[in-house]
Amino acid sequence: MALSVALKHRLGTFALDTSFDVPNGVTALFGRSGAGKTSVINAVAGLITPQAGRICIQDQVVFDSAAGINVPAHKRVVGYVFQDARLFPHLSVSGNLSYAAKFGRAAIDDRLQRRIVDMLGIDHLMSRRPAGLSGGEKQRVAIARALLSSPRVLLMDEPLAALDPARKAEILPYLETLRDELDMPILYVSHAVSEIARLADQVVLMQAGQVVANDTTAAVFADADLAPSLGLRDAGAVIMGRVVAHDPDGLTHLSAAGGHMYLPQIQAPIGATIRLRILAQDVTLMRDAPQNISALNIVSGTILAVRRGDGPGAIVTLQCGQDRILARVTGRSVDAMGLQAGIPCYAVVKSVSVSPDEVGHH
Amino acid sequence: MLGETEWMAVWLSVQVSLWATALSLPVAICVAYVLARHEFRGHSVLNAVVHAPLVLPPVVTGYLLLLLFSRNGPLGQLLQDWFGVMLAFRWTGAVLAAAIMAFPLMVRAIRLGFEAVDPKLEQAAQTLGVRPVIVFATITLPLIFPSILAGMVLAFAKAMGEFGATITFVSNIPGQTQTIPSAIYSAMQVPGQEPIAMALVLISAGIAVGALIVSEILARRMQRRLAA
Repeated sequence: MALSVALKHRLGTFALDTSFDVPNGVTALFGRSGAGKTSVINAVAGLITPQAGRICIQDQVVFDSAAGINVPAHKRVVGYVFQDARLFPHLSVSGNLSYAAKFGRAAIDDRLQRRIVDMLGIDHLMSRRPAGLSGGEKQRVAIARALLSSPRVLLMDEPLAALDPARKAEILPYLETLRDELDMPILYVSHAVSEIARLADQVVLMQAGQVVANDTTAAVFADADLAPSLGLRDAGAVIMGRVVAHDPDGLTHLSAAGGHMYLPQIQAPIGATIRLRILAQDVTLMRDAPQNISALNIVSGTILAVRRGDGPGAIVTLQCGQDRILARVTGRSVDAMGLQAGIPCYAVVKSVSVSPDEVGHH
Repeated sequence: MLGETEWMAVWLSVQVSLWATALSLPVAICVAYVLARHEFRGHSVLNAVVHAPLVLPPVVTGYLLLLLFSRNGPLGQLLQDWFGVMLAFRWTGAVLAAAIMAFPLMVRAIRLGFEAVDPKLEQAAQTLGVRPVIVFATITLPLIFPSILAGMVLAFAKAMGEFGATITFVSNIPGQTQTIPSAIYSAMQVPGQEPIAMALVLISAGIAVGALIVSEILARRMQRRLAA
């Protein structure tokens, strides 16, 4: 495995006890604040020393408490993008980018530099000082700087958390490009469900220092049992849709969730696969085929499970073809409609979120 | 108006102060770094020792230097035997006295600089594969440059004005160990030499203010580089 992590660390009443593997692609380390996410990636980077465990980066053991191995941070070949960018204020952007090549492990590689600078769109910033950059620009420079240190694994600690929504929207497409173009494991710490739904291939869900789930993004988001951990308002399935056609009336025809969906203004070529996120609260269930209804996106499926919570709500998992969709309904409706596993059902999807600019998919 | 001995005093003061500043700088950087970044047993003892010259009467510091570095003092003998260096009653002794008196001021200024540098920047540099020593030289030192400059100016000014420890340790020999302050003192002892004292006062003030202005200009240039 590209990166494997097993850690035990106790700090007062907080006990970190995690173990997971990170394949190539984006693995999101997800959990509330205080779940221990940042401690985990700091341990991978060698910025903190856990009490026990073993960490391997691309077959190099960088930490093994049993064997007494603890490789210092500067010898672990990791790229680290911090929440607060941490650009060197006394160097220009280009000074920051060439720092690793001048003083660190990286070789000077003009072609790689040009590719990364283009990929992150920072060519026009090269002579500027960090103090004069916007938050989004700083973070893009920080990502480029980490990539130019020729890392074997990229660690990102909530790289968008300090940015306002507009800046987040500006950077997300670049992160999607990275995910699709880099062939390395990216461990992405976040507590924002929407970022993960959009970026992650795998999700490691942490709670109070423990891993409670570790699976593909689609599986984690389709798991009704995990919905409370994600936050009920953010619960919802992530499925892949394929662009079938751009209809003349401006709608794009997609094949997804065992049926067809029609969404406005999707900038993707025919045949492209895009990520769709369907929030559980945006799905209405019907026993009978709806007729004379304005909603276009209606898929049929079979109820897989009904999970009732402590409150008046319930989450229904619907199997639609190969995909699973979650619907958040009231317990009263579950009783009134007789919803239970095995019953065929229609889902009216009121809203689907798509990445607005699918630059990552060619 | 000023005679040869007075000009020699001015020249000697400048020389002593430059040497004192230059020689104490590397030590002050190390001590300031240790005090700012490390917690260890003896931290407060080191801090107290560094600050002692600031709180002790200068004459006491001079007297202690004399005890240690006179021809028969334990360190004086060592220096004499091993390096053939004599400090007491020599201009080199004035350098030592000035350096020791200025040391706490320099350490305090540089320590503030270290405390203001975010260790997270150093961590970031390490994750780029850079050895801690190189990180110190390429990130930490450039970032505390204004503090180093401030420490050097403070130390230089303090050395220029150092009187008590100097006159106790190396006496007041015109042309050999007489610095501007001791020359002013001597001039004031003789009736009719007030104009000489006044001239030396003006020269001394001019040098101090000049050093301050130069450092301000350098610091502001540095600040502008960081901001833009």
